[in-house]
Amino acid sequence: MSNEATLHSQDLLHHGHVEHGHGNGHDGHDHHHEETFISKYVFSMDHKMIAKQFLITGIIWAIIGAFFSVLFRLQLGYPDATFPWLESILGHWAEGGRITAEAYYALVTMHGTILVFFVLTAGLSGTFSNLLIPLQVGARDMASPFMNMLSYWFFFLASVIMMSSLFVQTGPASGGWTSYPPLSALGDASIGSKIGMDLWLISMAIFVVSSLLGSLNYISTILNMRTKGMSMTKMPLTIWAFFFTAVLGVLSFPVLLSGFILLLFDRHGGTSFYLSELFVQGKVLPNEGGSAILYQHLFWFLGHPEVYIIILPAMGMVSEILAVNSRKPIFGYLAMVGSLFAITVLAFLVWAHHMFVTGLNPFLGAFFVLLTLLIAVPSAIKVFNWLTTIWRGNIRFTPASLFSIGFVSTFISGGLTGIWLGNSAIDIHLHDTYFVIAHFHIVMGVSAFFGMFAGIYHWFPKMYGRFMNQTLGFIHFWITLVGAYLIFWPMHYEGMAGMPRRYFDYSTWASFNQFGGLNQFISFVVIIVFATQLLFVFNFFYSIFKGRKLTSPNPWEATTLEWTTPIHPGHGNWPGEIPEVHRWAYDYSKDGKDFIPQTVPVSPEESGH
Amino acid sequence: MITMNAQRNKIHPHKYSMWIAMASITMMFVGFTSAYVVKRSQANWLSFELPAIFWVSTGLILLSSLTIHLALRQFKARSMGSYKSLITLTALLGVAFAVCQVIGFSDMKNHGLALDSTVSASFIYVIVGVHILHVLGGVVVLLILFFRAYRIRVRTYSAVPIEVAATYWHFVDGLWIYLLVFFSLAR
Repeated sequence: MSNEATLHSQDLLHHGHVEHGHGNGHDGHDHHHEETFISKYVFSMDHKMIAKQFLITGIIWAIIGAFFSVLFRLQLGYPDATFPWLESILGHWAEGGRITAEAYYALVTMHGTILVFFVLTAGLSGTFSNLLIPLQVGARDMASPFMNMLSYWFFFLASVIMMSSLFVQTGPASGGWTSYPPLSALGDASIGSKIGMDLWLISMAIFVVSSLLGSLNYISTILNMRTKGMSMTKMPLTIWAFFFTAVLGVLSFPVLLSGFILLLFDRHGGTSFYLSELFVQGKVLPNEGGSAILYQHLFWFLGHPEVYIIILPAMGMVSEILAVNSRKPIFGYLAMVGSLFAITVLAFLVWAHHMFVTGLNPFLGAFFVLLTLLIAVPSAIKVFNWLTTIWRGNIRFTPASLFSIGFVSTFISGGLTGIWLGNSAIDIHLHDTYFVIAHFHIVMGVSAFFGMFAGIYHWFPKMYGRFMNQTLGFIHFWITLVGAYLIFWPMHYEGMAGMPRRYFDYSTWASFNQFGGLNQFISFVVIIVFATQLLFVFNFFYSIFKGRKLTSPNPWEATTLEWTTPIHPGHGNWPGEIPEVHRWAYDYSKDGKDFIPQTVPVSPEESGH
Repeated sequence: MITMNAQRNKIHPHKYSMWIAMASITMMFVGFTSAYVVKRSQANWLSFELPAIFWVSTGLILLSSLTIHLALRQFKARSMGSYKSLITLTALLGVAFAVCQVIGFSDMKNHGLALDSTVSASFIYVIVGVHILHVLGGVVVLLILFFRAYRIRVRTYSAVPIEVAATYWHFVDGLWIYLLVFFSLAR
């Protein structure tokens, strides 16, 4: 079978499709299948539509979560000022224009929950695993499109419950995104531990189900549904990253669920898994024999892999985008795969480094220090390979490639502070300070967001057949990059000076008065950066309808399979046969050719890989 | 609608997904049982005999593994009558298993080991309870297969759904054996 002929006939089919102008999404299939609005846009089983559903839901959550951070930054930056407009949106939670302490804790908790789970897990992995896995491995759809649809609707249900918890009278959960007992286990402990906490737990349990359904599909699609010739070592690094992300999710989320189930029984069944010898509001509780530390073990057994669930998809997309935009093969492909694997294994062996100061046995701590520091090795390999990939490349500066380079920058500067925090001795001083906030926001929050932005700018043409506006993209990038460093860099100094996290008001501590101006500055930058993200949101939605249209199916001149589909692929992705793969995904600048798609057979005269 | 036969499937993707799902469920119970081990090494641990009826339920679920295995063989031999009665029997055995477990719970309660009495009893209720839910999930799947077998218009010859269901059923069976051995050894 000649691939050229296949490609050519696809082009013909594609043009035919555009001329006739019917977008029923089933071109090339034998029997015509009527699609209604409901089956196409709502209960869709097409992985590309499900990806868009995850993305847009994620964007809505990101706006809410980021807006919460603006609100609590107002309190941190301007603790004495009053903002009457706050009272009009938050009501009695901001009496007299100043956020109450309860509201502050609720905002911080929901900011963490929303960003970690609903945006950077579901919004990032849900969007791009769904979009890219079938397209890049050469499959018509996921292994089980129905389960894939369920995955989104479980996420939607979790979202609705979490959203409704914002509107209950006693407010949403407010014990921190980690929901440590006893605060989270006792309704009398704080107002956020009442119905808001129940809704939080129910929502998160449903979220876990959604995540598992998605991950099951990602793994079996990658392992079982690859097209002819697509051996594991010919897969793009994006797919490897999504694969390891799904493995992490499948093995760690269930443990979190078991922790949540025990917590629910402590709340409502009268059990004492986590509770022992407590006084609440002057009363002695009957609970005996429980251990709050047990919850921390169960939580962080997910909690640590969770940060890799967030960062691995970003790593995969950045690898792909950097290679495409440097017109060079990725440097050290197998080392990239190997380091992803090493990170996945180590992710399960380091959870106790979140618990160095909980009374953990110091000898046990030493092992966790060693294993934690070992993660620096695969991370450094990856950074080295990204830098050598763009080194002396013919770099094309697009918003996607800039965000990818920005990712490498924030991953280095945020990752280095991980070496400090991973040491149990230094952690005694730095734990629960702004140093920790600075570390994980740069290495996990900002980096993962940069990976996500890079992915959105790069694959937007595949999703909607149009480009996003480049100029707005450049403005978005530069303000976000500079802003992110201006926000989080100073927090390192605050943390080293011992400023604790999660405090409502620092003005009563003379030792932290020196940071009053700095906190104001950070809050000011937060508002500018938040406004810039709205610019991105505008660009995104405007471009869906009014963006510049694609004229060729392969706008970035990339080698991977998703660009061999028509500009508006139907359900089934390829109108004809699924193309066969003959080479790896990174044949750029080879034998005098700018790029060679994966579908082109290897010719005898070609130099080796 | 979409033909998959152009692709080379070594193992059916649904079977594969089931194996990964089983790994995932295993991790959940690993979480529970490690929590149990951690708690057991701490103070205030009360150890007690498991209810005797748990051994009856063990026999029932082992028997149900046998019946679903025979059901799969009958389906492949296209003798649909005995297939239907065998999956019905399996589902009934599953329900009987769940009932026995609940009787075991009330036994424990009558001996002063209620859910909120002591943490070792709480663990039994929660872990065994979550396992019952997994068995009942399997019963629901069997009911779906049962009603499918009665539809005259759509005849299915693919054994994949029954194979996937049987794999899951053996898994919850094995999971119970693991829990029983675990609870007996780590009291």
